[in-house]
Amino acid sequence: MFRDRIAASKPLVFLLCLVPLAALVWDTIQNELGTDPVAQLEHRTGLWALRLLLATLAITPLRRVTDWNKAVRYRRMLGLFAFFYVNVHFAVYLFIDLGGYSADIVEQIAKKPYITVGFTAWLLLLPLAFSSTQKAMRRLGRRWGQLHKLVYAIALLALLHFLWLVKADKREPLAYIAVFALLMLWRLPWKKLSSPDRRPSPPPRTHAPQTQSD
Amino acid sequence: MHPRQRNDVRPSEITPERVYRQRRELLKMLGIGSVGLVAGCGSENAPSAAIAEDSSATEKPLTIAKKGEYTLPDPQTSFKDATHYNNYYEFGTDKSDPARTSGRFKPTPWSVEIAGHAELTGKFTLEDILKPHALEERVYRHRCVEGWSMVIPWDGISLADLLKRFKPTAQAKYVAFTTVNRPSEMSGMRSAVLDWPYREGLRIDEAMHPLAFLSTGLYGRELPNQNGAPLRLIVPWKYGFKGIKSIVKIEFTDSRPRTTWNLAGPGEYGFYSNVNPDVDHPRWSQRTERRIAGDGFNLFGNRIETKPFNGYADQVASLYAGMDLRKNF
Ligand code: HEM
Repeated sequence: MFRDRIAASKPLVFLLCLVPLAALVWDTIQNELGTDPVAQLEHRTGLWALRLLLATLAITPLRRVTDWNKAVRYRRMLGLFAFFYVNVHFAVYLFIDLGGYSADIVEQIAKKPYITVGFTAWLLLLPLAFSSTQKAMRRLGRRWGQLHKLVYAIALLALLHFLWLVKADKREPLAYIAVFALLMLWRLPWKKLSSPDRRPSPPPRTHAPQTQSD
Repeated sequence: MHPRQRNDVRPSEITPERVYRQRRELLKMLGIGSVGLVAGCGSENAPSAAIAEDSSATEKPLTIAKKGEYTLPDPQTSFKDATHYNNYYEFGTDKSDPARTSGRFKPTPWSVEIAGHAELTGKFTLEDILKPHALEERVYRHRCVEGWSMVIPWDGISLADLLKRFKPTAQAKYVAFTTVNRPSEMSGMRSAVLDWPYREGLRIDEAMHPLAFLSTGLYGRELPNQNGAPLRLIVPWKYGFKGIKSIVKIEFTDSRPRTTWNLAGPGEYGFYSNVNPDVDHPRWSQRTERRIAGDGFNLFGNRIETKPFNGYADQVASLYAGMDLRKNF
């Protein structure tokens, strides 16, 4: 049924990525979101968006360190799930938090630096999400890789968003920034120098025969 | 009772505090938690209706002499929410931290130092400070600078009534408050997120305003630790962080006192910090707020418009006549 182990594990990874959503829905139904349910929804969706974004960025270092090159085939799914959670996050803010005052979003984007950068990150994610199909990949060719370098800017904006929304205790956003920095450090050429294996990462090379979209 | 007699509390009279604490420590080791003791006496008194339904309330019921002068038509926040969603960074920066981590804090015995430009100064036990006053219930709106709000029935005394007993002199232009500094009982203090101990201040006319309140309880019960036991300030027309908790010192000063959040972010948190929908915080819009109140499930429709001075403009706006409130935010 499945081409290989990666293909076989994908439905599992897919389901795993849905666990945070299921937990949110469950807690919402059970009225277990605490005193300020809206804030809780915002925090949890925001955190999962960021975690999945960082997971996407962890694939390249993972391949370098473990030589497990096929890991790249999880990357698109992780990226799209990050995008999915950002959308839920944005929707919660817009339709539940702002609620009857949704029109205020324009002013918020213009005036609140943390919303400005969060919104910019969301905008930049759009072209990446829409160019994630096999077809778009083929059509864009080399430019696909260049376009998808935007993910670094997106991650930086998302981290700034987190850092700026925190009032005083910056430890949590700083921890995420540290993880990001580590993932970037791994990308430095020293790894390449010591390793004979210098496969370029994007665009992900899918192995023939390609039977299903992954 | 006049505070004059309280002026001569000698340090030796304070010592029993340590003995008392050791005793409590001993009880704890023996497995007799204070919660159990308090819950025991709680059942003897009939708690007010709102609390009766809430099994999580273990704090001692208070005798409230006066009620009904300060009420609000707004639905009240539940006891559970008001006591499990707290910004009290000395107990941790997550709003669920204080309820979880404040169990070790000992609000009794307690003393408060009165200092500065007043005829009567010195260290007083909380009992002596409160003795001449009858407890009053006041339902106030509570607006956090982060953009959420609650409606809470506080129990306590008028700040002005208390301050007057110490006869502030003409030099007393401001009143400065300080929170207790007990890192051993307040785990959040181990990280330097703020410049401890927490300090707040009011102009003397603000402090003497009839709305300014010192709370020793809420919902007819003693203040839980996470809400600032045993004594905290409530200034309903200002953002919540002005309401300093667990007060150990009140000082009459001639210059404007340094205040903790103002020190942490002078461009974000002004000395006055009056609730003002026209002055945005760089992080949060202050035009609207998310009201946490009512029963049951509230996911939608909680956003309401924020009112100038949190709806107390009629009473307090005159304090700031002629001032540019955008500059003096
Ligand atoms: C349209 C764009 C966005 C809007 C309007 C938005 C809005 C918000 C709001 C209102 C909060 C809660 C702030 C508070 O409680 O004070 C928040 C928190 C957060 N957001 Fe966003 N956001 C956006 C985009 C993003 C993106 C792209 C990411 C990450 C990929 C992200 C990650 C986070 C994180 C990690 C938090 C903090 C969670 C926590 O405090 O535990 N957001 N966002």
